Amino acid sequence: MSQHDHDAHSHGSVSSYVVGFVLSVILTVIPFWAVMTSAYDRATLFAIIVVTAVVQIVVHLKYFLHLNFSKEGKIDTLSFIFTAIIIVMVVALSVWIIYESVLMMMY
Amino acid sequence: MSTHAAAHHDAHHEEHHDTGRNTTLGFWIYLMTDCILFASFFATYAVLFMNTAGGVSGKDIFDLNLIAGGTAALLLSSITFGFAMISAYKNNKGGTLFWLFVTFLFGLAFIGIELYEFNHLIHAGNGPSSSAFLTAFFSLVGLHGLHVTAGLLWITVLFIDIAKRGLKDRTVTRLGCLSLFWHFLDVIWICVFSFVYLMGAM
Repeated sequence: MSQHDHDAHSHGSVSSYVVGFVLSVILTVIPFWAVMTSAYDRATLFAIIVVTAVVQIVVHLKYFLHLNFSKEGKIDTLSFIFTAIIIVMVVALSVWIIYESVLMMMY
Repeated sequence: MSTHAAAHHDAHHEEHHDTGRNTTLGFWIYLMTDCILFASFFATYAVLFMNTAGGVSGKDIFDLNLIAGGTAALLLSSITFGFAMISAYKNNKGGTLFWLFVTFLFGLAFIGIELYEFNHLIHAGNGPSSSAFLTAFFSLVGLHGLHVTAGLLWITVLFIDIAKRGLKDRTVTRLGCLSLFWHFLDVIWICVFSFVYLMGAM
């Protein structure tokens, strides 16, 4: 039975896919609606887009890609976290360097 | 599922557990390197998107209704692939083939929308060589589109494999890898529509 439970957990069930799907739809509709109606100022829109995107990525990782901290699934999750750190360095530092250099050339 | 079938499935699963697990882990590590490839394309886009060379910017060319349609197609394909996976683990060949086919159609709809958008842009004189912004845009979105196209090819190959030879353990492992690939592409698409389209159009 424990083997079966484990299987259901790591492969997902119909209900877990449906939960992930419904959450994703909500988290997709919110930023599209906010931008298409332009109901908010730029800073608020920016915050809405970033927050809903990050939350939706976590939802996908949990419900669709089944990342978890179980004994067997840990290495997947840790390799993802490692990659995420590399990505933050590649993207954030590149953007920081180039934007600073643009500012310095302009003023 | 009867108890007997469940026990049979578990025993079967246990037997080939190690090789299947190693294959999936290896594929996952490939996906992580793919993540870094996408990250460098995102960084390029972030650096170049303001350099429009006096031409159009994102606000002028992005049609959010079209993008919402593509996003819906890709998200629906994610859940239908999930159902294909569940059918495969239950050793339900017909269900797996049906859901794979539905997934293929949604993926095809996504690619169709993307090609329509690209075609429209190029005919309006906003091709990838018009400005640094458009080069970065076509590269990033096109790279994602190429991945989805590869996924569609892979779905076709596995569909034929399952239709001809049924759901062997090896095939289910391959389907598991494709599942990771497909859901991974949806995660990349979240970043694309958020950071390219929505931020470009706001």
